Amino acid sequence: MLKIRNIQAFYGNIQALRDIEMDVREGEIISLIGANGAGKSTTLMTICGVVPARHGEIFFDGKNITNMPPDKIVALGINQVPEGRHIFPFLTVMENLDMGTFLRNDTDEIKKDLEYIFELFPRLAERRSQAGGTLSGGEQQMLAISRAIMTRPRLLLLDEPSLGLAPIVTRQIFDIIRKINKENNTTIFLVEQNANLALHIADRGYVMENGAITMTDTGKNLLSNEDVKKAYLGI
Amino acid sequence: MDFHITYMADDSHNRRDESRFKNIYLLRLSYKTGSRTGLNMDLEYFSQLFFGGLTRGSIYALIALGYTMVYGIIELINFAHGEIYMIGAFTALIVSSVLTLFGMPVLAVVVLAGMAAVVYSCSYGYTMEKIAYKPLRNAPRLSALISAIGMSLFLQNYVLLAQTSDFLPFPSLIPDFEFWEPYAHILTSPELVILITTVVVMILLTFLIKFTKIGKAMRATSQDKMMASLLGINVDRVISVTFVVGSATAAIGGILIASHIGQINFYMGFIAGIKAFVAAVLGGIGSIPGAVLGSLVLGWTESFFTGYISSDYEDVFAFLFLVLILIFRPSGILGRSQAQKV
Repeated sequence: MLKIRNIQAFYGNIQALRDIEMDVREGEIISLIGANGAGKSTTLMTICGVVPARHGEIFFDGKNITNMPPDKIVALGINQVPEGRHIFPFLTVMENLDMGTFLRNDTDEIKKDLEYIFELFPRLAERRSQAGGTLSGGEQQMLAISRAIMTRPRLLLLDEPSLGLAPIVTRQIFDIIRKINKENNTTIFLVEQNANLALHIADRGYVMENGAITMTDTGKNLLSNEDVKKAYLGI
Repeated sequence: MDFHITYMADDSHNRRDESRFKNIYLLRLSYKTGSRTGLNMDLEYFSQLFFGGLTRGSIYALIALGYTMVYGIIELINFAHGEIYMIGAFTALIVSSVLTLFGMPVLAVVVLAGMAAVVYSCSYGYTMEKIAYKPLRNAPRLSALISAIGMSLFLQNYVLLAQTSDFLPFPSLIPDFEFWEPYAHILTSPELVILITTVVVMILLTFLIKFTKIGKAMRATSQDKMMASLLGINVDRVISVTFVVGSATAAIGGILIASHIGQINFYMGFIAGIKAFVAAVLGGIGSIPGAVLGSLVLGWTESFFTGYISSDYEDVFAFLFLVLILIFRPSGILGRSQAQKV
């Protein structure tokens, strides 16, 4: 579904991505783990067209999407929940969700999706007319994921969904991620520092260091890999 | 710029005209005619000042909206915004003269000239953004600001050369009519028309921003540009729409004031633009209700201070007020504090 070939990206003169190669297949959950500053978020931003790729190519369903403008990429069915959630602080919960449907015109289906979301997160239904900026961290993460679901993505990129959340909320969010993957057949590309959790739900995983992919295997195998254990699982 | 300086230095006749242009309300207020209404004289004078300030404030508001919307989205003070207002007035003058020549009825002239002015100004606003600001989107903010000042000087001098440096008489597009006798000297019919037009424009604008798809996209873009683009919003298009909408309201303001005062000049956008900018900062730049409130406050401040103290210090009061607000409430009356949860 998504093919990344030899991608290099730079911030000024600093190289952030070194010849990244990745494949994401339809229906999978992929986890990308790595330390701070390894280039995980940059990878997502390059896929979405926010950070330009200086070399290499990205294909989505065989179509070359390298350096297309972000709004065109979204229209193809890729959506990202960026790190830090990026809720519109002065829009209400409802308006934030509305923004997810910016490219859609199918009113009936939008209604259905909205019901689905309020079923997943009853908390959001209670707060629908509250400003996004006044929600708690966990609620904001729920809203960010819901807003992404409203775009009906075929590929959902999630950047650090567990960041700053209590363990119980984190587990809830991860359950929902798995649920979205199973029920809607949405392909999930997960970037996480919480390697343990991320590899548990992943079909396959990638390990990133200093802007390069150093290892790739199934989630299970990575969990039992000695190097991964030492470096990322703290065992 | 040379042209402009020569004009200011040599043409004392026109300079006198300019002060008349600025103090139009005050001239009217200075006839303290005997009370025809049976009202208390003081109350009558107060009401005159009140409505004078309200009218003046609503014109400022029409211009200030453009400043505040553009600032809200790309954090740029568009100093050339006043020029759009001036171009709106010039277009209305040219179109209405031509139409009157063809013997069109007054109402048709008003509507067509208004529409032409709005469309023409919008195309200027759109082009201005594409030429002067879009290439500088990722440059330091100062570059865009200087580009804006350049654009302002360019447009002033362009109109000066293409048209004239003289004050041109502007036909009174707003007809005088009787509506509130015997109080008509407190609130004149052109003032009433200005107020009604402003209110209608505000209602339309509120509807646009609150409920339409593009309006929501404008608000989202002003709060988080990157996230907006990640949701499929074409940020460049939203910015263009913002410039177009701001230009439309400024053009409407330009027509109203020109037709009320009865003369226009290539320089009219400068002082009006600066005043509207002050109003937008007063209200809290980036906030739309703030721009309206700031404009009304500024209009009343000028009106009351000049009416009760002295008309010579009109601008002094306006800018003194700005300094005080910035000292005691730097984010403006309705400005948002920057703190937000992450």
